[in-house]
Amino acid sequence: MASMQSLDIKNRSATSLPSPSVRSHTELAKLIDVSKCIGCKACQVACMEWNDLRGPVGENTGVYDNPQDLNEHTWTLMRFSEVEPDDFSFEWLIRKDGCMHCDDPGCLKACPAPGAIVQYANGIVDFISEKCIGCGYCIAGCPFDIPRLSRADNRAYKCTLCSDRVAVGLEPACVTTCPTGCITFGTKEDMKQQAVLRIADLNSRGYDNAGLYDPPGVGGTHVMYVLQHADRPGLYHGLPEDPRISPMVGFWQGITKPLAIGALALLAMASFLHFIKHGPNVAEEDDDAPSRDKTRDRKEESSHVE
Amino acid sequence: MSNKDDIRRYKDGERLHHWIVAVTFILLAMSGLALFHPSLYWLTNLFGGGQWTRILHPFIGLVMFVSVMVLMVRFWRHNLVNRDDLRWIRYLPDALHKREGRLPPVGRYNAGQKIIYWSTVIGMFLLLFSGLIMWQPYFAPVFPIGLVRFAILVHAFSAILLMMVIILHIYAAIWVKGSLQAMVKGTVSRTWAKKHHPLWYREVTQEERK
Ligand code: HEM
Ligand code: SF4
Repeated sequence: MASMQSLDIKNRSATSLPSPSVRSHTELAKLIDVSKCIGCKACQVACMEWNDLRGPVGENTGVYDNPQDLNEHTWTLMRFSEVEPDDFSFEWLIRKDGCMHCDDPGCLKACPAPGAIVQYANGIVDFISEKCIGCGYCIAGCPFDIPRLSRADNRAYKCTLCSDRVAVGLEPACVTTCPTGCITFGTKEDMKQQAVLRIADLNSRGYDNAGLYDPPGVGGTHVMYVLQHADRPGLYHGLPEDPRISPMVGFWQGITKPLAIGALALLAMASFLHFIKHGPNVAEEDDDAPSRDKTRDRKEESSHVE
Repeated sequence: MSNKDDIRRYKDGERLHHWIVAVTFILLAMSGLALFHPSLYWLTNLFGGGQWTRILHPFIGLVMFVSVMVLMVRFWRHNLVNRDDLRWIRYLPDALHKREGRLPPVGRYNAGQKIIYWSTVIGMFLLLFSGLIMWQPYFAPVFPIGLVRFAILVHAFSAILLMMVIILHIYAAIWVKGSLQAMVKGTVSRTWAKKHHPLWYREVTQEERK
């Protein structure tokens, strides 16, 4: 996506000073009620249509997932899982996969290009593609394995939560198109309340462990799921139980950077101080330098015995 | 400064080789630091922008790796560590205070130089393997994300350590007058050799006498 001036920016990759942020925005969120999804993929198509994405025609490998994985042309993907959550029970769980728009985004933390990833004040995490350098650090930073690099232009892509639509007061394309009302969009508060109602309904239908997926490890997300089995998110095509930014990424992008730059600067400074304290180390010229007689050599030998 | 009587310390090929390593290192340090810390991102301008910096860095890295490997083969024999080197380390404060007379006798290289040699060699292996694992778009996609994360961490750490080693190396070359000449003209003065590498000097003069 391009930068949207009508949306203020809360966080900007590789930037230490605050971004413009005078406008007040409420936090928004998308709620995906997995229990209502019928796997029609209308949202997947709407996403392609709105964002003008046309991937190459894939191959049928005998499952409904199509294509097999997220890619630069597929920012949202229906994941189909056939599971047996309890003895003698069978369920077909369908999860709309894509960027979760974390409140603490690992991609943004990892990105080295200033402003290539931004987080708007409403919570949407967006890639500003023209600033992307194609290093793939965002892929390493993401706890959900979402961003994908395009081989054609070496830039990373993922769901924008239709920031361009949201900026002008529309809801994301997938929300508009969903025929069952499984996907809803609004303020994060409203979406949480909506989830409470849905969970109560699911509880009454025998799903005792129904719940909201809004993982606190990443500060909560701006795409949330209502899950029938919230105690076992892994059932839903490996949705992580407790996603958080990997400690390796946190360490690398946290304390390491200022310490490393400080260490380099200190060492250079220490060298300079040593120089101005002790001066250059000059080997004095001997008067008899050109001669190679034995006397001189003997003198020489004795000189480095302590 | 130089003199017909100076001793030849490096052949033309060896010096050319050293400067290939030096130039590729500077380019790698600048392009790497540009991506390492936001305050240094402006360094990408020297390489034609962020995309070009990202593209060029690993290829320059391969050139440096190959050069260091050849340099390693050329000089490994002179950099074997011996008992005197271990003693030399303990006399480091004397070395820093220009009290060479107290130091254990030094051959072609002192312990400090050997440390620089070996850290560069080890550092290059770490940087190569970690660099390959994180290299987009060619290799990184085939490795699990956890390994890529680890590789980035290893790469950043070994790069910073190598840069610290090289800062010391450059400072030593500036501080010890007459050293730079060894890498520019290939020769050193006899007084330099006697003062800083007496055992080597004795070897060389014995060769000459034969
Ligand atoms: C041995 C060959 C090397 C390879 C294959 C290599 C490869 C890479 C790759 C693939 C990256 C990610 C950015 C990009 O795609 O350009 C990178 C980053 C980096 N490289 Fe290298 N590199 C090598 C040598 C070096 C050396 C010698 C240094 C130090 C002088 C260095 C310092 C860095 C730094 C500081 C970063 C940024 C790390 C970060 O963002 O935290 N690299 N390298
Ligand atoms: S690939 Fe692009 S968006 Fe991802 S971390 Fe690198 S510069 Fe940032």
